[in-house]
Amino acid sequence: MEEFIKNFYEILEDTEANEINQNTDYKNLDEWDSMTSLMLIAMVDEKYGKQVIGIDIKECLTLENLYARIQSK
Amino acid sequence: MTEGILNISNVQIVGSVSCVPKTIISNLKNELFNSSEEALKFVEMTGVEEKRHLEKGVLVSDLCYEAAELLIKKLEWDKHEIGVLIMVTQTPDYLIPNTAIILQDRLGLSKNTACFDIPLGCSGFVYGASVISSMLTSQGFKKGLLLVGDSSSLLASAEDKALSPLFGDAGCATAFEFNEGKNINFKLWTDGAGFKSIIVPDGGYRNRFSAESLCVIEDKDGNKRTNLNPKMNGTDVFSFGITQVPRELKSFLKEMNREVADIDYFLFHQANKFMLEMIRKKLKLESSQVPYSIIKYGNTSSASIPLTLSILGDDVRNKKIAICGFGVGLSIGCGYFEIGDDFVNEIIEYEG
Repeated sequence: MEEFIKNFYEILEDTEANEINQNTDYKNLDEWDSMTSLMLIAMVDEKYGKQVIGIDIKECLTLENLYARIQSK
Repeated sequence: MTEGILNISNVQIVGSVSCVPKTIISNLKNELFNSSEEALKFVEMTGVEEKRHLEKGVLVSDLCYEAAELLIKKLEWDKHEIGVLIMVTQTPDYLIPNTAIILQDRLGLSKNTACFDIPLGCSGFVYGASVISSMLTSQGFKKGLLLVGDSSSLLASAEDKALSPLFGDAGCATAFEFNEGKNINFKLWTDGAGFKSIIVPDGGYRNRFSAESLCVIEDKDGNKRTNLNPKMNGTDVFSFGITQVPRELKSFLKEMNREVADIDYFLFHQANKFMLEMIRKKLKLESSQVPYSIIKYGNTSSASIPLTLSILGDDVRNKKIAICGFGVGLSIGCGYFEIGDDFVNEIIEYEG
């Protein structure tokens, strides 16, 4: 989980590391936009070899939820 | 050969002409964007600096007509030897009949020509090429003409900031010949579960055209469209593009025992540059192997592969070419062929 949070932080540009944890409602970050979701999909593909689609991002409210969804794929 | 691979003998692609409208739309000056920063961000992400739009009253079939006439002339073809004409388009002249049929008469082809449309988009050039090649190898036709393209600037909503600045118009004609000893390969892939990823919801028979089809819908990003305009789930299309496309292309090359380094050019459907660069890196392709037409012509739907071929000019002679179209469907087509030393390759502007 820690590594996933670190990987997620690396796709961001304007958010501080201490603002990100497993309970972060990542879609409500100030810098979240359609581009961030593409970077997230690309990161999960590169680091975990899994395919995330729009509905996964829509349904998973926190980073912990999203990581669990990715692991279940 | 492995299941799913089409290995077609005695067929060669001998020339291609692309026709684009003269009207240039610059995205950095596009008034659809709220600010120059927003325009610049779009250009950096998609790669589309400018694209061409059809002049009023002109359709993609008109572009294909001019491309076909020049191609036939340059190849010095006898029109009566053309056994098959296929038009790949999602924006036909009429819903009925097929556009290829109208073009048979307009181009003055023989009444013995087999003419029909294939209504595919991003993957359409590869599908059309696979059908025409199959007909040439087995049906005794000597020559075949493949016309591809869409009137995308007419299809997309002018107030959709995601799609309108992305799409450009182009029509291409590509010539196929029965030629002993030449081969062409294809691999085709479909995932109908993704059919809503890129969709025009109304106007077919599931949701027939009605007064509601004309209602303007505004999404959370302020894009306005009706149900007669295409609607794209960009996140899902991106996810599909970066995962399935490299996977399919890798498996295609593996099944043909070819290394990426053996291939001179990979011509991809010009979806958007950010996604194509991710695909390029995943496949470990050099920048020089992946030419782009999206920068000057935008995403030109089924015309994007032959248009990218056309901008290479005579540099394609004696080269090994892989093609990959992917998108609306969801659908993927991969192909491989070699180009001879007298290949006709041109790009022209529509004269009318």
